[in-house]
Amino acid sequence: MSWEYLCDLLSGVNKYSTGIGRIWVAVVFMFRLLIYVAAAENIWKYEHDEFECNIKQPGCENVCFDHFFPVSHIRLWALQLIIVSTPSLLVVFHVAYRENREKHNQKLYKNPGKIDGGLLCTYLISLILKTGFEIVFLVLFYKLYNGFKIPRLVKCDIRPCPNTVDCYISKPTEKMIFLYFLVATSCLCIILNLSELSYLIFKHSLKCHLKKYMKKQQ
Amino acid sequence: MDWGALHTILGGVNKHSTSIGKIWLTVLFIFRIMILVVAAEKVWGDEQEDFVCNTLQPGCKNVCYDHFFPISHIRLWALQLIFVSTPALLVAMHVAYRRHEKKRQFRKGDKKCEYKDIEEINKQRFRIEGSLWWTYTSSIFFRLIFEAVFMYAFYFMYDGFRMPRLMKCNAWPCPNTVDCFVSRPTEKTVFTIFMIAVSSICILLNVAELCYLLTKFFLRMSKKVGNSKHQPNHENKEETKQNEMNELISDSCQNTVIGFSS
Repeated sequence: MSWEYLCDLLSGVNKYSTGIGRIWVAVVFMFRLLIYVAAAENIWKYEHDEFECNIKQPGCENVCFDHFFPVSHIRLWALQLIIVSTPSLLVVFHVAYRENREKHNQKLYKNPGKIDGGLLCTYLISLILKTGFEIVFLVLFYKLYNGFKIPRLVKCDIRPCPNTVDCYISKPTEKMIFLYFLVATSCLCIILNLSELSYLIFKHSLKCHLKKYMKKQQ
Repeated sequence: MDWGALHTILGGVNKHSTSIGKIWLTVLFIFRIMILVVAAEKVWGDEQEDFVCNTLQPGCKNVCYDHFFPISHIRLWALQLIFVSTPALLVAMHVAYRRHEKKRQFRKGDKKCEYKDIEEINKQRFRIEGSLWWTYTSSIFFRLIFEAVFMYAFYFMYDGFRMPRLMKCNAWPCPNTVDCFVSRPTEKTVFTIFMIAVSSICILLNVAELCYLLTKFFLRMSKKVGNSKHQPNHENKEETKQNEMNELISDSCQNTVIGFSS
């Protein structure tokens, strides 16, 4: 089980997406998943080993690291990628449900993958959930780490450290660059989701208005 | 998800590329991505562990390493490869859009559609003309810009392409100017120069492809202009011949003349 599973999932979702949805999938693949696997993972690989405190007291480094990094950036990043991709499954399930109904001759659809009726509601809900999760994770990053900065030095005075001790984080600049990259791609995905939402709502309200107008004419 | 997935995505674009584009893709995969994964990552694998400073002061090594390597060479290369590969997605999306339109026409039962089944549409190779030409040319242009930007960023950040053996550092908490030694500097210099050389080759290939596409475009334009100039003269000669034949045969050939001149 690895990121390939998520890739297969998203490729399946791609089939039932709008044009903007496909751009979203491409951005997630290329700029988030690939960057995570190819570059970011290695930066945070030895973060605990390379975290150094100016003290010989056993346990002090462990306790300080745990205090400053309750959940590592890279793990939050992975969680974010998984949770943000999951709402798209709702659409896949709904299409599978439609196809199942067709198989059992309960209802015939012109095209089970077409975004209308109930599938439109599911699609809109998945977009709102995706956007919501992105925002939640960005806020979580901000609150947990006091902004998106990673300092070179942190001061720690938790037991068993005997006094206020200087602790040095490894590769802070590189981590910060990739953190900003994560934030930028998250914001891009939020913008894409909101555009897709507005586009779908606009398209379908226009369709409804046209139908009403045609009915009035008749 | 790894570089293999990128290979699958770009492999699809390969079908619709020019010959130079196919060479570029091969160079990208064999001499850049494969070298990065198979060799370069191992050379830079222990870079911080084996970065040694001549001091026992805790934290000095971390701070000095961070000062001299704000972003590691290997990460910069990975970013460069990803950004340079992304414009090809524009072409992939355009091709997918065209296929989608053709499939829609086919499903509607359009008589203009010359395909026998959907599989044929999926396998078809589109020629680089019309709007696809513009998408393809823009993608090459963006590739060039990204390559140039990353090469410059490299040169700017590391003051050239050489990896020194020794760096002098006096960032706090280092108590004085401390000697810090980089691990495997010669090997890293060799790989850096190799990657820069291959980047330059890719830039040359992209420039060549751009020139080739522009030349083809202008040739096509001049052919069209040439054809539209010659066509009326040619038609006049044919009409005179036909008129002579018609006079010899019968009056009913007038329909043919009208058909011919239109």
